[in-house]
Amino acid sequence: MNKIWWKALTIILLIYVITGGLLFDVPRLDILNETIRALYFHVPMWFGMIIMLTISVIQSILYLRSSDQKHDIAAIEYANVGVVFGILGITTGMLWAQFTWGDWWSGDPKQNGAAIGLLIYFAYFILRGSFENQDQKARISAVYNIFAFAALIPLLFILPRLTDSLHPGNGGNPGFNAYDLDSKLRMIFYPAVLAWTLLGVWITSLRIRIKTISNSVL
Amino acid sequence: MKKLLVVTLLIISSIIGKAQDKIQVTEEDYTNSEVSMADQFRAEGKIYVLTGVILLILGGLIGYLIVIDRKVSKIEKQLPNDTN
Repeated sequence: MNKIWWKALTIILLIYVITGGLLFDVPRLDILNETIRALYFHVPMWFGMIIMLTISVIQSILYLRSSDQKHDIAAIEYANVGVVFGILGITTGMLWAQFTWGDWWSGDPKQNGAAIGLLIYFAYFILRGSFENQDQKARISAVYNIFAFAALIPLLFILPRLTDSLHPGNGGNPGFNAYDLDSKLRMIFYPAVLAWTLLGVWITSLRIRIKTISNSVL
Repeated sequence: MKKLLVVTLLIISSIIGKAQDKIQVTEEDYTNSEVSMADQFRAEGKIYVLTGVILLILGGLIGYLIVIDRKVSKIEKQLPNDTN
């Protein structure tokens, strides 16, 4: 295993997050009850997705500037794993929503935005798969990736804020409003974001290496 | 470089500055016994069993990931050097 230290950090943080996430004190809040602990598992999926998709779009820009194939590989693999995180985020979110908001899908603006965002990225993968020519594939999908990212940001962070949303920090909802994270929650939440994101980066790095090998063999 | 610094500062200040009207979680929320939590489950110590189960699964998955990582490293070494 190369670059072992951050992989070790990932493992330690993940163990800490699961142990602390299940065992440490959490505030006793109505409606949320014990499910508040999903904060350490559901929310980091989205943070991880955003971080990985940001890396992906940066790699796409670097590819367009340099035409270096390694940036193209990094762009697609970060997007792949980022979208896996997004799917995990949306399914865990649905489960959580059923028992706190009372419905699997309540058409919440942020839910809809996330779903549309994921569909835009599915189109990215289909677009990539539809080219025979390597250069054309890399170039056009890099441009598409930039547009996909530019569409995702308003869908997740701007539009939900302009209207009422059930998600904390979006609009004003009296039943389930934006509780501010206190220091005890932060103590696990921030390591959780780091841990899950690092896990995603680890998986991505493996996928990049495998893709590089298979490209060099072909 | 200076521009980059200014942009980062503005981003950080906007993150700090937003969402001031949130409900604070207070100390009382931690002791509020009106709200039901899985107290019985915790008192019986079964929560540790659950934690153990999840940690074992995590350990298994991480172990598997490490095996894959090693395997990829091995294949990389078999390839001619110009690929890295």
